[in-house]
Amino acid sequence: MYVAVKGGEQAIDNAHRLLAEARRGDPAVPELTIEQIAQQLGIAVDRVMTEGSLYDRTLAALAIKQARGDITEAVFLLRAYRTTLPRLAVSEPIDTAVMTVQRRISATFKDVPGGQILGPTFDYSHRLLDFSLAAAATVDAAASPAEPASASAERTDAATATGPTPRVTDILNAEGLIEVETADDTQPVGDITRQPLTFPADRDVRLQSLTRGDEGFLLALGYSSQRGYGKSHPFAGEIRMGTVAVEIIPEELGFAIDIGDIAVTECQMINQFQGSKTQPAQFTRGYGLTFGHCERKAMAMALVDRALRAEALGEDVTAPAQDAEFVLSHCDAVEASGFVEHLKLPHYVDFQSELVTVRTLRQAFSDREIPGVPDV
Amino acid sequence: MDGNATAAGATAPRQRWISILARAPLERLETAWQALPAPPGFIALRRPEIGATLVRARAGGSGQRFNLGEMTVTRCTIRLESGLVGHGYVAGRQPRHAELAALFDALLQDPAWHDAIDAALIEPTAQLLAAQRQQQEAKTATSTVTFFTMVRGED
Repeated sequence: MYVAVKGGEQAIDNAHRLLAEARRGDPAVPELTIEQIAQQLGIAVDRVMTEGSLYDRTLAALAIKQARGDITEAVFLLRAYRTTLPRLAVSEPIDTAVMTVQRRISATFKDVPGGQILGPTFDYSHRLLDFSLAAAATVDAAASPAEPASASAERTDAATATGPTPRVTDILNAEGLIEVETADDTQPVGDITRQPLTFPADRDVRLQSLTRGDEGFLLALGYSSQRGYGKSHPFAGEIRMGTVAVEIIPEELGFAIDIGDIAVTECQMINQFQGSKTQPAQFTRGYGLTFGHCERKAMAMALVDRALRAEALGEDVTAPAQDAEFVLSHCDAVEASGFVEHLKLPHYVDFQSELVTVRTLRQAFSDREIPGVPDV
Repeated sequence: MDGNATAAGATAPRQRWISILARAPLERLETAWQALPAPPGFIALRRPEIGATLVRARAGGSGQRFNLGEMTVTRCTIRLESGLVGHGYVAGRQPRHAELAALFDALLQDPAWHDAIDAALIEPTAQLLAAQRQQQEAKTATSTVTFFTMVRGED
């Protein structure tokens, strides 16, 4: 329980002044611009947009600057701003099959139609600190966007010529080897920003929650499912990152129009086949989707999505990652930090009453007439 | 429906120019507007308004719909002196962009303006966007790899 506290206005003002000073750092060092953050800390911006549930690079960059790089605080700021926006439209479902791909890899098929396209990735880098980045930035970042990898020149031409890149899961679908995702567009789409989460939670609200969920939490849960806490034998069927068009149908027009493009990262996990007396063995799926380039998050989300489908697929629910109530109630970083961090707010009255209780109990304890128990 | 949707024939051409106007760099729209010989009078039926669009996706890419998150969007509706109504919907917080998109949407419905604006703004912008996309795709394609599985000396 909290009580209202009065006073401290001057101290609070001063504390916020100190915050502003700490945020700015040494005035001799040039101040960061929003554009610099948006351009050069792109993955932080993408994470804030994804967990903040609002695609706007400039606002996410501003939130990161204001939060001094504290990503959870930045997510909070963006979420708060989001609530002030009137909702003008609801998009048609984005179509990731016609994505303009900037990265697309499959760990399941070496010669996947459309090609393995690495794009801007940390993969295969040596993870050695690059001190050239610390030198005065005269390096031309755009220097030589390389020649096509010679061994794959033909393949490269083929990849650019073929247009849309087919989804790996659709290729498996053709053979009936993987479960089919069925769409029933007559069902309403749950929205946890308008209706509170209830259990059992359908997959639509589970996926919405997971997209907004904290990357670190989902990463740990996904990891736990791989290590044996929950049955999971996943393959990264496909990871793709790129831009997709966003289409809406404004009432006043009555037909679909594009309002622009957004970058998204998608992960299709393929999990071990299961079969039953009535169904032949078949691969199952887990799905991850984020704004921007959030690959680790998309992969972790796909693992957790699959784990949460355990019950529906007739598997035993034994592990934390399979427990929807546990996962969805705790994956939101804004909610979690709110409850954890509220502990630093004044709890003086609460604590006073606890003090009285503990003193009374100790008194009662010492008043017992048991030989050998020392007074306290 | 505002009754204008059919002014330029079927909706397909209008969908196309709306999508190009939404993606056009703001300076291009501004330049094209300044370049009009006699900019027409107009009133704002709906002044530029910033809000959110709820972005939907599908589980597994093709399954059950779900809400991925929201994105900022700006919309604007204007009416020309001629009575033609134009709508602008653009991603982001872009009041001027939405207004210009609405103005050009209205003008492009007017047969007297259509061809000139199409030639001066829509087609060149479509080419620019296609070129940018091609450039991006070509850059991306340089990182296409072929993985070879190594033969293990097992036998």
